[in-house]
Amino acid sequence: MTTASADAHGHHGDHGHDHPEHLAHHFDTLEQQFDSCKLGMWAFLLTEVLFFSGLFVAYATLRANNPEIFSLAASFLDTKWGAINTVVLLISSFTAAMSVRNAQLGETSKLKANLIITLLCAGAFMGIKYVEYSHKWHAGLLPPGLENSMFNPENPWVPEAAHHDIDYLKLQAEVNVMTPEERVHTMTTLGRFFGVYFFLTGLHGVHVLIGIGVITWVLFRANRGEFGPDNFTAVDLTALYWHLVDLVWIFLFPLLYLIA
Amino acid sequence: MVFLVIIPGIPAALGNFALPMMLGAKDVAYPKLNRFSYHLWLTGALFFVIALLTKGLDTGWTFYAPYSTSHSDSAVIWATMGAFILGFSSIFTGLNMLVTVHKMRPDGMTWFRMPLFIWAIYATAVIQILATPVIGIALLMLTIERALGVGIFDPALGGDPVLFEHIFWFYSHPAVYVMVLPAMGVVSELISNFSRKPIFGYRSIAFSSVAIAIFSFIVWGHHMFVSGQSDIVNVVFSALTFSVAVPSAIKVFNWVATLYKGSISLDTPMWYALAVIWLFGIGGLTGLWLGTLGTDIHLHDTYFVVAHFHFVMVGSAIFAFIGGIFYWWPKMFGVMYNECVAKLGCFLAFAGFNITFLPQFVAGSKGMPRRYFDYAPEFASYNYWSSIGAMVLGVGLSIALYSLVRSLMGERKVAPANPWGAVTLDWQCTSPPPPHNFDHAPPVEGPYDHELVRWKESLNGYEPVDPVDGDPNLARMGSAKTV
Repeated sequence: MTTASADAHGHHGDHGHDHPEHLAHHFDTLEQQFDSCKLGMWAFLLTEVLFFSGLFVAYATLRANNPEIFSLAASFLDTKWGAINTVVLLISSFTAAMSVRNAQLGETSKLKANLIITLLCAGAFMGIKYVEYSHKWHAGLLPPGLENSMFNPENPWVPEAAHHDIDYLKLQAEVNVMTPEERVHTMTTLGRFFGVYFFLTGLHGVHVLIGIGVITWVLFRANRGEFGPDNFTAVDLTALYWHLVDLVWIFLFPLLYLIA
Repeated sequence: MVFLVIIPGIPAALGNFALPMMLGAKDVAYPKLNRFSYHLWLTGALFFVIALLTKGLDTGWTFYAPYSTSHSDSAVIWATMGAFILGFSSIFTGLNMLVTVHKMRPDGMTWFRMPLFIWAIYATAVIQILATPVIGIALLMLTIERALGVGIFDPALGGDPVLFEHIFWFYSHPAVYVMVLPAMGVVSELISNFSRKPIFGYRSIAFSSVAIAIFSFIVWGHHMFVSGQSDIVNVVFSALTFSVAVPSAIKVFNWVATLYKGSISLDTPMWYALAVIWLFGIGGLTGLWLGTLGTDIHLHDTYFVVAHFHFVMVGSAIFAFIGGIFYWWPKMFGVMYNECVAKLGCFLAFAGFNITFLPQFVAGSKGMPRRYFDYAPEFASYNYWSSIGAMVLGVGLSIALYSLVRSLMGERKVAPANPWGAVTLDWQCTSPPPPHNFDHAPPVEGPYDHELVRWKESLNGYEPVDPVDGDPNLARMGSAKTV
C-alpha cells in the first residue's frame, strides 16, 4: 500500500484526491475500511485466545491428575495481591472503553486522560506482579528445572531466607508427615504448578507489556489530535486488545489463586 | 519444506497475487500486514538457516518431547523459534485472506460467484487462524521447557510428553489441509479452464473445502494410535478420519466429471493438474490404510507413511503449486514460456516422483522404518530405484525452473491478457496487471462461463465476446447463470 498507492493516483482518474483523509486507497468507503479492520482484529483476538488455550490445556491435565496438590500449591499464592490486580485491570478496562467513546466524540483531552489512567493501571499491575515474582524467586518457589528451585528433583535448593519464610515452613510441615514416595510426588507436582503459574502469568505479562507499548503509541497520536468521529479505529482496536488482556487475567486469577 | 515452502507456497505466494484480482478487489485488506507477514517469513527462514549452520536439527519437524526437550544436542530452540515466527506469518496471511474475502468483494461478487480457488483459500484461512496459534504455544512451551524446565512435557520433571503430541497434532493435522486445500483450489481452476467446461458440482466443491476445514480439527488422534491413548479414543479418531475422505473424494470425482466430454487443451498447467489427480488419488487412498487401526499399527513409522505423505504434500501440494505458477506466470510477468520445455519438465518431474516414492510403499509395508540413517540389505533395490527417481525428479524440476527463468530473458514472448480462455476476473486485466489490479472495475459474472470469451488470432489470446445491443454488461449478465 505504501508505494503502490503513490503510483495509483495517475491511473485512477475517478479516484483522485477527493477521498476522505483517513481512507486508504484500496478501500471504497470509510465504513468498509472500519469493518475490515474490526473483523481482522476480532479474528486476531480469536488467535490470541487459542494461543493461551494450549497452556490452559496443560493446566487442566496437570490439575485433573493432582487436584489436592494443586490446591496446596495455590495456597502459596497471595490472594490479596491477585485480587488487587484484578481490580486494577478492571478499572483499566473501563477507562480503555471510555477512551473509545472519547475518541468517537472527539474529546481529545478526556481521551488522553483515560489513556493515561489505563497506562498507570497497567504499570501498577506489572509492579504488583514484580512484588509477587520476587517473593517467589527468593523463596525458591520456581519451576523444577531451575537451579534455585526447591522443587528441582535432583538437587532441591533451600534458600537461606527460606528458613524463616512462612510459606516454606508451612510446606515443610505439610510434607514432613508424608511417606517418602508421597513427598517426591508432591514436590514434583508443586514444581509443575509453579512451572505453569510462571508460564501463564509470564505470557500474560508479556501481553500487558505489549499493551503498554500500543497504548503509549495511541496516546502520542491522540496528543497530535489525530482522533475524531471519522478516525477512531486505532483507539477502538487497542481497547479491544486491552479487554482481551483483562479477560485472560479474569480466568487466570480464579484458576491459579482461588483453588486453595 | 513444511514450514517454509508448502504452507506459505500457495496461500501466501499465489493467493496474495491472484486472490484480490479474482475477487475484483484493488488489493488485499491489509497490504502492510501482508508485507509484515513476508518479513516474518524471512526472519523465520533465517532462524532455520542458523539452526542448520550451528548444530543442525535431529528431532524431525515434529519435535517430539522428551527427546527435543531434554536429550537432543542439536539447535532445537533456533528451529522451534523459527517455526513459531513462521506460524505468525501464516496467521497474518490467513487473517488477511479471510478479511479480504469477507469485506473486499465488489458489488456483484456474491459468495457463489467466487472462483473455487478463493473458496479454497478461504477455508485455508479459517484453518490458519484457528489452528496455527496452537502450534505457536506448543512450540513456545517446548522452548521454555527446554530452556527453563517447567515440567509440562519432560517426564523427568513429572511432565507429560503425550500432551505435547496432542497439542502438536491439533495444529499439525489441520496444517496438512493448509497445505493441500489451496492446491485443490488451483486444480479446480485448471481443470475447468483447460476443459473449457463449467466446473462440475461447483457448490459441492466449495462446500467440501469448508467441510475439510471443519473435519481437519477432529482427526488429529490418528497420528497417535501407538502413543498409548485409550482404545476408545483410537476407534473414534479412526472413524472420524474416514469422514475426511468424503469431501476429498467429492473434489476428485467432480474434477473427473468436469473432464468428461470437455474440450481439453493440454497446456503445461493442465498437465500438472492431471498429475495432481493421479498423485492425490494414490496419496489419498493410501491415507485410508493408515487411518485403519489394524494396518496402521503395522505401517506406523515405516516408509509407507513417508511415501503416503509425500504423495499428498509434494505430489499434490507442490505439483499444484508449480502448476499454478505456470498458469499465472503470464499474468505475473506478461511473458509466455516455452511450452515444449515446460512440458518436458513436467513429464520428467512426474515420472521421477512416481519412481521415487512408489517403491517406498513396498519397502515400508515390508518393514523398512523411518528416521534411520541406514537400511537392511533386503531393502537395497527399493532404495536404489528411489535414488534414481529422485535424480529424475530433480532434473525435471530444474527444467521447469529453466523454462520459467528463460522466459524472462532475451527475446520475450509477450503474453496476452487472457492466454488460457479463463473467465475469472484475474484474466480481465492486462498482463501484468496495473497497480490496484483494474483500470475499471470489471463486471462480475459466473467464474466458469467459458462462452463469454473466444479465441482471437490477432491477440494470440482470448477476448470477451462481442457485446449484444451495445451493452457488454447486459449480454454478460444474461448468461451469468452457471452457478
